[in-house]
Amino acid sequence: MSAIIAIIRRDLLLAMRRKSEVLTALFFFIIVVSLFPLGIGPETALLRKIAPGILWVAALLATMLGLSRLFAPDHADGTLEQMVLSPTPLGLLITGKIVAHWLTTGLPLVLLAPVLGIQFDLDTGALGILVIALLLGTPLLSLIGAIGAALTLGVRGGGVLLSLLVLPLYVPTLIFGAGAMEAHIAGLGAGGHLSLLAALLALAVFFAPWATTAALRIALE
Amino acid sequence: MNNSHKIIHWFKYASPQSFYPLAGKLIPWFWALAAVFAGIGLWITFFAAPTDAQQGEGYRIIFIHVPAAWMSMFIYMVMAAWAGLGLALNTRLSGMMAQALAPTGAIMAFLSLWTGALWGKPMWGAWWVWDARLTSALILFFLYIGFIALQAAIDDPRRADKAGAILALVGVVNVPIIYFSVKWWNTLHQGASVSLMKAPTMAATMLWGMLIMSLAFWMYSIAVALTRVRAIILEREAHTEWVKELAEVKGVTP
Repeated sequence: MSAIIAIIRRDLLLAMRRKSEVLTALFFFIIVVSLFPLGIGPETALLRKIAPGILWVAALLATMLGLSRLFAPDHADGTLEQMVLSPTPLGLLITGKIVAHWLTTGLPLVLLAPVLGIQFDLDTGALGILVIALLLGTPLLSLIGAIGAALTLGVRGGGVLLSLLVLPLYVPTLIFGAGAMEAHIAGLGAGGHLSLLAALLALAVFFAPWATTAALRIALE
Repeated sequence: MNNSHKIIHWFKYASPQSFYPLAGKLIPWFWALAAVFAGIGLWITFFAAPTDAQQGEGYRIIFIHVPAAWMSMFIYMVMAAWAGLGLALNTRLSGMMAQALAPTGAIMAFLSLWTGALWGKPMWGAWWVWDARLTSALILFFLYIGFIALQAAIDDPRRADKAGAILALVGVVNVPIIYFSVKWWNTLHQGASVSLMKAPTMAATMLWGMLIMSLAFWMYSIAVALTRVRAIILEREAHTEWVKELAEVKGVTP
């Protein structure tokens, strides 16, 4: 456990020292979300309808942006090899890195999304559902993304390939995440969608670090 | 044990060297079976099967569409099984089989989407609708493309096999979602007409036509995958003595 905390602290410290990377993804999210009304028009009824999809797709893309740097710097300076050699199981260390990735890219999106939701004329209830769905969904994005990042580590054209591998796997998260808000706006209740998101998250928490570890070992052998 | 010589050596054909000639012997048979089944299946498709009461003649495309959709899902599972086998037992041939199956699976997924669009235009009045089954078939196609792209991007074939295997195993979670999506989301696409549990809701001739066409697609897929795996074996084992001794290789390279 102390190893996980040490890894999280280290990655957070590194992120704080290189603030621009975190802030770039955050501002990307803000700009993409703000561009849509400009492209579509300021009609509030229409904006309210498309808000869930836009916020979620923007969150997906913003998470993607930082993924290729999840393991690449550690791979370049040899830290990753040392992690493989360490007596602590690699899976635990990787879990720590994924948690740190979520804290630096996922959590800011969750906190910022309701503010952006106001641009789309969403009411308080819908904003609450948005925050809960993102809180369940963004860790899922980091977990699944980590598998892709590990598979494409040190591979030719890794960045583009990463999006090709990961985006199809993000589809269930997108469907249930945006679906939760749409169901709430339609007055159907978001419980079912949120439960499915939580179930996917439970599944991913268990399997994704394991698959990521296996992929990293292959990349390093 | 006295009769130990009778035990079949299952792993004998796990080596590319012994699998290569076996595949060579099997390929003509699978091509022949594919041709026979396709002949019978197409005859049923165009002549024996009656015109559908509601859908007219246009429905006949399902004789291609349904087998292609089945194959696209099934090949992905077979590919994942080979991939898992390759990871667990570290056999070289498994990765080659997975690599050989991927393009055929991608073609099947593309065919099912394409024929689905051709069927959808007269029946639903639209080339494409955002129905759950269509969407998940599209995602399956993307998964195939991702698998092929990942393998192509990695130069070391052993690493490519293993990385692809992990991707295939992660992606295989998607295949049951495709299948159950019909039940999960209540959408435009008609429910499955063929079921093991209840009597099928289509005429017997149509069902036979579809099953025979599926057999033709099976045989074609096996024949093509075996042909492709032979090419992959030749490419990867080009440095070995046994490949250099092959008649077809000797004839080409002086």
